[in-house]
Amino acid sequence: MKTEITFRLNGIERSLFVEPNDVLIDVLRTRLGIKSPKIGCDQGDCGTCTVFFNGKTVRSCLVLAIEADGGEIVTLEGLSENGPTPLQRAFADRNAFQCGFCAPGIILSATELLQKNPEPDRHEIQEAIAGNLCRCTGYTPVIDVIAEVAAKKTAGKNRKSR
Amino acid sequence: MENLKVVGQSVPRIDGLEKVMGSAQYVDDIEFGPGLLYACVVESPFAHAEILSVNTAKAAQVKGVVKVVTGRDFPDKFGLYMKDRHVFATDRVRFVGEQVAAVIAWDQKTALRAARLVEVKYKELPAVLDPVKAIDQQCCLLHPGLGDYTCVPWFFPKKKTNVAHCRKTRKGNLEKGFAEADVILEDTYRVPRYAHCAIEPHAIAGLYDNAGRLTLWSASQSPFTQRNVFAEALSSLGLTHKDVRVITPYVGGGFGGKAGVSMEIMCAAVATAVKGHPVKLMWNRAQEFYNTYQRQGVVAKIKMGVRKDGTITALEHLLFWDAGAYVEYGANVVNAAGLSASGPYKIDNLKIDSHCIYTNLPPGGPYRGFGYSEFGFGLESHIDRVARKLKMDPLEFRRKNAISAGDILPYGAPMNDNGLRECMDKAAKAIRWGHEEKPSAPNKAIGKSIVLLWKAPAMPPNASSSAFLKFNEDGSLNLLVSGMEIGQGLLTVMAQIASEVLSVPVAKIRVETPDTDRNPYEWQTVGSHVTWSCGNAVKRAALDARRQIFELVQRVHSIDASELYLENECVKCHTKPDMAIALRSFVIDGMQAKDHTFKGGPIMGRGVFLPEFASAIGDPETGQGGKPNVHYTTGAGGVIVEVDKETGKVKILKAVLAVDAGKAINPDLCRGQITGGLLQGLATVLYEDMRFSDKGKLLNPSFSDYKIPTALDEPAEVVPILVEVAQPDGPYGARGVGEHTMIPAASMVANAVFNATGARIKSMPVTAEKIALAINQPEVFAKLFY
Ligand code: FES
Ligand code: FES
Repeated sequence: MKTEITFRLNGIERSLFVEPNDVLIDVLRTRLGIKSPKIGCDQGDCGTCTVFFNGKTVRSCLVLAIEADGGEIVTLEGLSENGPTPLQRAFADRNAFQCGFCAPGIILSATELLQKNPEPDRHEIQEAIAGNLCRCTGYTPVIDVIAEVAAKKTAGKNRKSR
Repeated sequence: MENLKVVGQSVPRIDGLEKVMGSAQYVDDIEFGPGLLYACVVESPFAHAEILSVNTAKAAQVKGVVKVVTGRDFPDKFGLYMKDRHVFATDRVRFVGEQVAAVIAWDQKTALRAARLVEVKYKELPAVLDPVKAIDQQCCLLHPGLGDYTCVPWFFPKKKTNVAHCRKTRKGNLEKGFAEADVILEDTYRVPRYAHCAIEPHAIAGLYDNAGRLTLWSASQSPFTQRNVFAEALSSLGLTHKDVRVITPYVGGGFGGKAGVSMEIMCAAVATAVKGHPVKLMWNRAQEFYNTYQRQGVVAKIKMGVRKDGTITALEHLLFWDAGAYVEYGANVVNAAGLSASGPYKIDNLKIDSHCIYTNLPPGGPYRGFGYSEFGFGLESHIDRVARKLKMDPLEFRRKNAISAGDILPYGAPMNDNGLRECMDKAAKAIRWGHEEKPSAPNKAIGKSIVLLWKAPAMPPNASSSAFLKFNEDGSLNLLVSGMEIGQGLLTVMAQIASEVLSVPVAKIRVETPDTDRNPYEWQTVGSHVTWSCGNAVKRAALDARRQIFELVQRVHSIDASELYLENECVKCHTKPDMAIALRSFVIDGMQAKDHTFKGGPIMGRGVFLPEFASAIGDPETGQGGKPNVHYTTGAGGVIVEVDKETGKVKILKAVLAVDAGKAINPDLCRGQITGGLLQGLATVLYEDMRFSDKGKLLNPSFSDYKIPTALDEPAEVVPILVEVAQPDGPYGARGVGEHTMIPAASMVANAVFNATGARIKSMPVTAEKIALAINQPEVFAKLFY
């Protein structure tokens, strides 16, 4: 039994019919052309399918498409519509990623962290991306960049407030 | 030394932006339109069984199913170094999960559902899971046809046994060596199987169009090797190499797991059964664990003799590899180890037997380190123990025996220039070797270690690379290579080499992932050899283009080519300081002569590299002769660990790796290899481990049960050190470092744990459980683990 669902995807309202057991990641990737979230495990272990759902990151391989009805989804495609964010810029400039398969998920998790906690310590950064597996980088270069971007942001703010 | 402008700079990766923007395309991101079909395989539940019958009737009737294929449809064998595999099992299955048939349907769910309806009748056979037992002549044979399989001339399969290959290396006089020894130590070390765990699972799509052309979009490190194997395996359909095209978009991690051909052959075959429709085959995470290459397990028996002064007089290293059900690629791992299991030491009396043994476990194959990570655990553990037996500092012992340039290698050729000693010194300094550290609590102990490593690219002697570059109207460049970008940064490094020669900035050079129709030949992206080999080809292509440019200027302006040079995208002249002819003014449209005619035309460079000095003619009984390895990259690694003596938990306080890159073309990317490879190696020794049931079934095929490191497992401090002792035949002196970053990790930890606690763990992984038992309940430990 197909059901019609409607949600905002990267700022644009989209409607489509889905089966009750259709999973959000599949609907995004195969029906809506959103390719940045990847499928690394399909069972909630790797975090490559991370998307923002109503402002919070979720693993879209664990979310049924019908749950998205009336909600708001943001992926990397929407996050960086107006060019790379400072975080994305820094990741690229500093050669933080290698194969890049984990990058979309890690960038969303890190973005969420910096929204909630602009001055994270190293352990908080590690925790925030601990659900996103990366097999290439050893994490250190990725964590370094997040810490640097956070430090720069806060430094900027402090200057303004002074 | 030349004054280098771009080589040696940490320029940003040319694929960096598309990867952080989510625009980089991997195979599963490509759209194939509404004609797309999905394939799903039927898998063997048994480790070893005869196939009595396969009935596909019920599955074929399911609505939405287009076709069902079985082993009978594809009778030819395939394999990279030894043809011992069928596309789908025909008469026998040899591991749990082996493909027996495939169902092709309009959607994935239907294919999966119908696959369950394929009825296969089996007669179970005894399964052989232990390589040491499998070597026994009485043991049940996995491949009764062994001996008749086609293989490369440097493999020596033993008929009527499970030994697919044995690489024997003999040097000097072993008995004499042991007779001269004051101390002899003999022991056995065990290394289990490991999984690559690239985050992108294997994926491939194929289209056999109505005109008979087969195109594959493959997540692969080896586009040309795949084309070759596909064309050969499917030649009965009349396909020739020119009819097969392999396109490889970005790969989400390889580590050897996407080298050669594993599951991809099924998609190539299946595509030919559904002409006119693209068909996709994707592994799920579980299949990724049990039906792609795994790192082979090994049992290593080591006997070493030393004189009181610390000189190694003899080494016997016997390796028994659990090579799995098919050894078509894994046998070359065994071969590589058999040539080099002395480690980077000068040992005059040496015997290595490296046995490649069939077992009823998934096919073993290449994994970052290619045999050296595996034997390194035993060898470097043993060396530490020998040194301590002599009451010698383990670093001093290594210094005394370390190989130098010109020393004779196990197979008789001389060792290349290397920075091994510099690596050792720098690594020792970084971990404050000899300096006592204070543990953070009384129940904790600090330990340190220094180990050495080496590795040569394992490749056929005639593996080649080629490059092609062409200028565009604005003076920008397209550089075409078939070395594969698997995350290491190859595309960037190739652009840097071309940039250095031609003075065109990296930002103006486009290098894309390969397409076998458009890009020139590359053997494979494995063995840490592409920076060196493909880099040489690129440099030659750039020099070829430069020669054309200079000849053109000479022809038009009557200036001798020897007076010309390139700078800032212009041709300049040593004797005419004011001259600067912009490349963009002539690289497409030609150069205008005095009579207003145009000379030249589009500038296109080509470069080819094949190591013309290599050969693989080693004697089967001694391994002597030829030059099977093009060179070795060397290095030294060390750790400082803190071990909790009650729980056995190990904390890595500092991990150091110094590696001789020859020339680090992009130091940032080299350091990235070190941080990534080290953690991958540390995980194999601290917690990763493939567990099989006594029926040969993998028990932990998921990230919940096979734990790989998360960001929380980042070592407290990682120190990458780059040493640069030039490789004379490398591009700007460069040699590869990709795999070398993983090799030392296991022995580093085992030795540091011993140093901290006195507990010697001789089987990987070195878990907290083993350490705690070894310290606190040695009798239980001995019973459980030896
Ligand atoms: S694909 Fe969703 S967590 Fe792995
Ligand atoms: S960069 Fe490859 S998985 Fe993270």
